[in-house]
This record gives sequence, C-alpha cells and structure tokens, in this order.
Amino acid sequence: MQSPNTSDAASPLEQHPLLVGYAPVPGVADELFERSGAMRRVWRPFVEKFLKLEPGEIPQRFERANQYLRDAGVYYRQYSNDVLAEREWPLSHIPVVLHESEWSGICEGLAQRADLLEAVMADLYGPGNLVSNGHLPPELIAGNAHWMRPMVGVEPKGGNYLHFLAFEIGRSPDGSWFVLGDRTQAPSGAGFALENRMATGRIFPESFPRDHIHKLATFFGDFRAALETLAGRGEGDMRRAAILTPGPANDSYYEHTYIARYLGLSLLEGEDLLVQNGEAMVRTIEGPQPLGALWRRMDAGFVDPLEMDPDTQIGTPGLMEAVREGNLAMVNALGAGVLETRALMAFLPKISRVLTGQPLAMPNIATWWCGGASERAHVRANAETMMIGPAMAVNLPFDLDAATALGGQFRSGAEAPIADWLEAEGRHLVGQEAVTLSTTPAWHDDGQGGGSVRPCPMTVRVFAARTPQGWQFMKGGYARIGPEGDATALSMQQGGAVADVWIVSDKPVPSASMAPRQTGTFRRKIPGTLPARAADNLYWLGRYIERCEDSIRVIRAYHLRLAATGSPEDERLARLAEFLGAHGFDISQPVPDALLQRLDAAQACASKVRDRFSTDGWLALKDLSKTARGMVSTARPGDDTARAMGVLLRKITGFSGLVHENMYRFEGWRFLSIGRALERADGIAALLIRFTAEDAPEGALDLAVEVADSVITHQRRYRVRTNLETVLDLLVLDAANPRAILFHLNRLKGLLDELPEAEVAGRPGDLLRALMPLRTQLSVIEPEEVTPQMLQQIRSDLFRLSDLVSQKYLR
Amino acid sequence: MRYEVKLKLSYRYNAPSDHARTLLRVLPSDIAGMQTVTSRLLSFDPPPDERHDSRDFFGNTMTSAVWHAPIAEIGVTLNAKIDRGLAEPGLDLSSPREELAQEIAQFRSLAPNAPHHFLAASRRAAPTKEMTEYAQAQLQPGQTARGAIEAVGRALHLEMRFDAGATDVNTPAAEAFANRHGVCQDFSHIMISCLRGVGIPAGYVSGFLRTYPPPGQPRLEGADAMHAWVRAWAGAETGWVEFDPTNNQYAGEDYITVGYGRDYDDVPPLRGAMRGAGGQQSAQAVDVIPLD
Repeated sequence: MQSPNTSDAASPLEQHPLLVGYAPVPGVADELFERSGAMRRVWRPFVEKFLKLEPGEIPQRFERANQYLRDAGVYYRQYSNDVLAEREWPLSHIPVVLHESEWSGICEGLAQRADLLEAVMADLYGPGNLVSNGHLPPELIAGNAHWMRPMVGVEPKGGNYLHFLAFEIGRSPDGSWFVLGDRTQAPSGAGFALENRMATGRIFPESFPRDHIHKLATFFGDFRAALETLAGRGEGDMRRAAILTPGPANDSYYEHTYIARYLGLSLLEGEDLLVQNGEAMVRTIEGPQPLGALWRRMDAGFVDPLEMDPDTQIGTPGLMEAVREGNLAMVNALGAGVLETRALMAFLPKISRVLTGQPLAMPNIATWWCGGASERAHVRANAETMMIGPAMAVNLPFDLDAATALGGQFRSGAEAPIADWLEAEGRHLVGQEAVTLSTTPAWHDDGQGGGSVRPCPMTVRVFAARTPQGWQFMKGGYARIGPEGDATALSMQQGGAVADVWIVSDKPVPSASMAPRQTGTFRRKIPGTLPARAADNLYWLGRYIERCEDSIRVIRAYHLRLAATGSPEDERLARLAEFLGAHGFDISQPVPDALLQRLDAAQACASKVRDRFSTDGWLALKDLSKTARGMVSTARPGDDTARAMGVLLRKITGFSGLVHENMYRFEGWRFLSIGRALERADGIAALLIRFTAEDAPEGALDLAVEVADSVITHQRRYRVRTNLETVLDLLVLDAANPRAILFHLNRLKGLLDELPEAEVAGRPGDLLRALMPLRTQLSVIEPEEVTPQMLQQIRSDLFRLSDLVSQKYLR
Repeated sequence: MRYEVKLKLSYRYNAPSDHARTLLRVLPSDIAGMQTVTSRLLSFDPPPDERHDSRDFFGNTMTSAVWHAPIAEIGVTLNAKIDRGLAEPGLDLSSPREELAQEIAQFRSLAPNAPHHFLAASRRAAPTKEMTEYAQAQLQPGQTARGAIEAVGRALHLEMRFDAGATDVNTPAAEAFANRHGVCQDFSHIMISCLRGVGIPAGYVSGFLRTYPPPGQPRLEGADAMHAWVRAWAGAETGWVEFDPTNNQYAGEDYITVGYGRDYDDVPPLRGAMRGAGGQQSAQAVDVIPLD
C-alpha cells in the first residue's frame, strides 16, 4: 500500500505556517505525513489548494458547511433526560483523504470478511457446526441476548442473511489496517456520510479536487436496486421495499428520514405494518399493501412482541411469522446482531481458516476470551496493555462502560485485583489489545478567527451492500475524529467530531447518479402509497396549525381591544375572554399555555413525518414554537402582546406559504389540506355562534370580521357598516372568501374527490355523501336563512366528516 | 397414568380489537419416554381467520391465531388426552456437583436440550446476590448434582409461603424472594435463579398438575389452574430432572408437561396483541381428570 502514498523529498508545503504545529505522535501512523516527514502524495493536491486560501477565508468556508447543515436540519440526537434534545452536527471540516488503490485493497479484505460473517451466520442459525466442532464455545451463543432462537432453522428470503454491513476500521502504526468492530445488526452512518459529503462540498466546491473524488451515489443506487430485487419474487411482483425505524426518539432518526428521502423508500414504524396470511403488509390509505423487504434500523428484539421481546412498544405482532414463511426479507436478517459480540473476534481468525481455508485478509483487533485458561493467563499477564470488558458486549471497543478495566485499572474505581476478577468471571470477559490509531489533520480553531491544522486520531466506517454483482462498497465513508494528543482507540469514546472520507483517483472520475444500472430488465418505479399513520399525522398537523392560527388571531384581537379601551370590563373583551376560555386558553397569560401546547402538538405530528415534509417547513415550525416560548416571559398585556401575536401570525403564515408553494400535490399534501380546511370551517362556525348571538355585545360583529381577517373585504364588498346579514354572507356563504365556510366546503370537495375510492361504482362514497348536502345547502341559501342552529349543524356535520376520514383512511 | 385435560381461557378487550393476533402455548406434545398425547383439540370462539400450529425452538407446540375483523372477546378451549408415564426418578447416579461445570463445557451443542441455554440469566430468572448466597448455603461438599437440585428445591419450599394473592404474573422473582411468598411461577423462577447462581442449568416447565380433592369430597370442576415447575440439568449421564418447589416433590405421574423454556416468557399460555385503546381482562379454568 505504500506506492501511491509515497512522495518525493520534502518541499516547502510542509513548512507552511498552518502546518508548523502539526506534530504526529511518535510511533503512530499519520495520514498526512510519512514517517520521513514528507507529505503523502495523495494529500498533496488538496493541501496545496487548502493552503492557498486567504487567511480568513478558511473560517468563512467552514461556516458555509455549518450553514448547510443547519439549513438541512442535520442534527444528532443524544439519549439524555430530554429524549428529543438535538445537538449541532460535529463536522470536522477537513476530509480524510485516501487513494483509490489503497481503498480497493481495504474493500477486498472486507469483502472476504463479509462473506465469512455470512457463513458464520448461516452456521449459527443452521447446523451449528462451529459449536459442535469446538470452534466456538456454546455459551457465547446460547447465553447471547442477540442470538434469536425463533430464527434457528429459518431459511432467509433470497437465501442470504446479510445485505448491508459496516466495518469500523483503523490504521496500525505499521500502516496496515485492522477491524475494530463489525456492525451487522442495523448499521448506522451511511446517511450521515452523505450529509458530510454535501457539507464538505460547500467548503471545497472547486472542480479540482472535486472531480477526482469518487462519488457516493453509485453505491446507494446499487443498494436500492438490490433491495428492490430482494423485495420482489420475480417479474411483475408488486412487493415493495421500505425502511423500518424505531421512530423519532431514536438517536439516529434524522438519518432514517434523510436516507428514506434520498433512496425514495417509505419510512415505516412498527405500527404501519400488519401481518396477514403470513405476509407483511403496510397499512396505507388504500388499504394493506404487501411488503417484500425491510431495511430495518431497529434491533431485532423490538420487531415482534409475540416472538421477541414481549415488552416492545414499537414492534409489529407476527412479523417473525412473515419472515419464517419466507415472504419478508430483513436487511439484515433478524439475529444478525449476534455477530457483533465482542468475544467472537477472538475466534474469527481461526473460523476463517476453518470455513474458507484462508486467513483473514484484514486482521481484527486482537481479542482473547478469558474462558480459556491459557487465554486468561495471557490477558492477566498483559493487563497493562489491554481493555478488559464484557464478552457479550456488542458496542465498539472504544465505547467502554463502567464494567471495563483499562491498563490494569477498573474504570469504575473498584479496588479488586484484576487477576481475581479474571479468575472469578473469566467466562464473561474478553481482553482486547488497547490499539493505537493513526492521526489525520483536523482544524483547530484558535478562537480569534484563525487556527491551525493538528493531528487527531481517527477511525473510518466502511459500508458494504450485497448486490447481484457481489459486495459493493461505498467509495467514501464516515470518519470519526478524536481529540488531539491521545492516539489510543479510547480517545474515540469522548465523541469528538466526524469527517468526510475522500477516495481520490489520479484521473478525474465520471460523475455518478442514483439511477440503477441498466442490467437487462426494465424496472418501473412503483409510486409509494401513503402509510395511514403518515396521513394521520399530516391531517392532524393541518388541524393543529389552523387551530393555532385561529387562536392567535383571537388573542391578538383581545389585546388590541385591551390596548384601546384599557378596561378589562369592556363587554367585547369579556366576550373574547369567554370565547378563548371555552377553548382552553387562559387569557390572563399573554402567551397562553394552551397555545404552546397546540404548537407542540403540531410539531410532534410533523416530527413523525419528517421524511415527507420539506426541511424548510420543519425549520419554520421549530422557529415558530421557539419564538412563542421566547415571548412567554417578555410579552406584556395590551399592545405589546398584540404585536407579539402579529409576529407569530407572520411566522405561521410563512409556514403555510412553504407548504402551499413547495409541497408536492400528492396524497400527503391532501391530508394536510383536508385537516386545515376542516379546522378553519369549524373555527369560523364556532366564532360566529358566539359573536352573532342575540346576546352578543355591541361591536361583536366587527370583532368577528376582524378575527376572520376580512375587514378590508367587508368594506369593499358592502360599503356599509357591518350588520348580521353582511357578516354571515361574507363569512359563511361567500365562495370567493378564503375565510368563509362555503369556500372550505368547496375546497374539501375538491380534495376528497382525489382520494382513493372517493367514488364507488360511479356513486359518491361515504365522505362525499356526508359533505355534499351541506355544501349544496350553503350554495343556495340567503344570509338571513343562516341561523345559529344551522351553524351548530355545520359544526356537527364537520365533526362527523372528520370521523369518517379517520375511519376510512387513517387507521 | 391417563388423563383428560380441559382448559378454558377467555380474554375480553375493553375496546374492540382491530386485527387481533395471539400466540398460544397450551397444546401438550409427545415427549419421548415421558408422555404420549393420544388426542388434542384446540378451538376458538369466534373462529379465527388464520390459524397455524408450529414448533418453537424448544420443541413446544405454538398456535398462532389471527382475527381480521374487530373482536371484543376471545374464548379458547383445549381438550386433550394424555398418557403420562414418568415415575419419580430412581437411584441418584448423577455426577458430583463440582464436576458439573466441566461437563457443561464439554457439551458441545446448541440443541434445544443442551444445558447452555439454561445457565445464563434470562429476563425473568436472573440470579441475584441474595438468591445465589441462599442457594450456596444449601449445598454440601461431595453432593451430587441431583442432590444439590433437590436440596435447593426442598429448602425453598420450606422458606417460601404459598400466597395466591401476593404476586401477579409480572412480579419480579427477586421481589417475590425478598418477601418469601408467591405462586408456582414465583417459586419456579426463584429456584431457577438460585440454581443458575451456583452453576446448575435450570429451566421453566409449564403444564398441568392433578390435584386431589380433600378426603370424602368430590373433585371440583374447573378449580385448577395451569402449573409451573422446574427442570434442572444433573450432568450428561442423568440429564434433566424435574422438581416442583411449590409442592416439594419431583414431577412424576401427577404432572403433564406443556412447554419447556428458560423462564415464563418462553412459554406463556397466551400472548396477545391487539390494536386499539383499552386494557384487557382474562379468565382461566382448568380440569385435570384422571381416566385410570
């Protein structure tokens, strides 16, 4: 692997001021510099460009990446007290650069490892020869929480267990690569690799070096095509592939939404699925649709409460049955998590020779299972240079827990001698070499607008997908960068930063796209049908947003009057307060809690459909709720709150605009719009019932027109002061006024017409039948015929319509 | 000994359940050298839209039943005739307890009967320090493996108070042990945890137990419930022995086996899932009728 990296003698590049402080730790491999101190040739073109940037331009360019990540809504979620807390994406702006020839060597080694893991998997869930022939201790499997008994003897659909893998690799001091861990259960990070690439592209947009970097898209195109093939059972099969997520509380949910959008696959939760006659089906607004493959981002134990963990709240009853019947392929097969067991690393080198006749092409981190006497003795004698921890752990070696001893010391501070611990608990422990990683350049910000480049330890996550042409590797990856100074693998556990990985070629590489390779048969893209749960969330998002807007207008009207009259005893104020009170708003709070709750409810709905929802729309919603919260402590009753509500109204209108202008007119948009139209029509009816009542105070009609945002229209249309007829005409019967009930009934008609099974055998379905009499009535009557009873009737008809929508499409 | 067993289970949902799916483990199976099932019939009310019998990893018969339309109530009836042949174990020829660890290590198999499945902590039977110390105190030097199993089981029977109202199906074994009370499920989970704590593989057995009416009184119909006891591994030669800590005896001819597992979670009589709001209520009635 040396040739592509070797360069000629040292040149002034190495003496650049930004690199002067760059001092690799002795005895550690460095990505940028050779041991001789010369820069590796593969880095040179990029470094030359980078060092030519004007001082001050570097932070500016980095900021472009940060801005991209913020705009794209990339965040990282950490499990903490607040499960939904998000933190900024920790991008290390300088990429890791590797030559394509070195990369293909890595991939060759890992392809062998992927095949080996597949063979181990097939044995552990098949004949069990590795155990009966003494190559694996039985207790490591039988006592393993990730070995799924229901999978034993089950032939996976398509014949293979493993389809998408990730490997965490690092570089030894001698320059060779080794595997720190295999990710087989539900490997994460591929979506983040894409985002890192997008962000890094903002920093280095120039065609050189960009044209020399291999693109990521080909890999994803191949993987998607492989998933679709796996899902179907042959020509013309309509079974689809989808992604299964644990939901918004998961720490990589953002990645799930991102990758679902990128691949054009449905993002499903357990609730979206049901199993019928041995087939997994998606509950959609058009009824259950068969599913052939699931890329699961959920641990196997959670997928089925009947056969896996009975306490799971996020699973689908019977999913295991669909797997057993061979109708559903899981990527990866349920039970693949057993391959992540730390102790397995101790046996893989030998298993490789037993199963394939070949040694491991790329070694894994040296591991000793302390159940064997000689291994135990070795670990005891070398405890100073070992990490000693639970044999069954599935996290990466550097994700240490309190039960781990490092360098002969307990991390928890316990005092017992390591030797006693090994003797007593040996069968439950493994020792792993406390490996050293290579260092790679990372930007160190000096806090004064400048900075320098420093060597920091790194690992790279490599992604592999099974395709009909064999294992394909992402030409790129996801690098983790640790803090400067400590090059042991342990430094990685503090989190640190992440970086893009560039696989560069000496020649420009062709641009790539996600379009599947033309390999014979023509494939038609099957349009996804909207899952019922997504439709439900969009529908309620529409309702909550509209409800918020209505109440903000009423609150604003209240505070405008308060400012004008200065007297809370004013009868109109009392009527507004009573109207708000009836809807749960406490008007003594300038920003009522009920308003914040409704904004939260809207955001919660949106968070569950982020894959179907524009990023700008999501950010607008977040901003709205943040702004409202910020006003809680500052807004004072009267004019100040009226103005604050004005700000919220403009922001909510901004959100509506984004939805209206940008959202594709597909089923999702329709349900959002149905929610809004129903809610607005109902809101107007509720308002009119209170403000056109016989006992309404003087000026109530003006208030109604104001709250309905129709003051100017009223002036232009009637040229008289408000009276009962003009108000009812304008707000109930005017088909051209977007604040009139009839307007929304017409809109609902248009929306409902487009839904699946709107008509049955040429006759209107239940929903249309519920809507049409009301709409016809309002189309033909005169204002004086609109009675309070009729307004009540409109409300109960709308309520029934909402119920019908839920029953028919949303469950 | 021949028996007829009748079991009735009923589940009522507070709100009609959309697409209800249940997984039952109530059908007894043939077990070589131990019991023969001469007839068995499981029926449902209302009849399910799908029904499928299969064997799970441990060889137990599981039945999945699915109703497509919403239902409010499920009734399950089992009728089975079983010939149970196992007598209490004879002379104790099991290995010395001290040699058990080595015998386990030499048992290179992942077969359902292999001891390895039953040694590690499971969700409902995880040894705690208290249980392990308790078990340790029952052991004698030079004891056989079977002797150790019996010693722990008999000691627990004396230590624990049977109390049908004190625990429920979700009470952790550690809690029942701390309070020294519980029902057969608690007794069994505690004994399993104790044995695992001292390195003896142990599992859970669900099934039926013949009960004897008080002298001079008729047998009451439907008065019984499903029962649970323990099986433990006494070395490669002797294999598994079954002991009932609730009744302080080996599981002999009065017992009918339905399922083997690591703990209750592997063999619940009925695991149900339904969509929709609301809780559920259940009822169970068992009759074990001797035919000889």
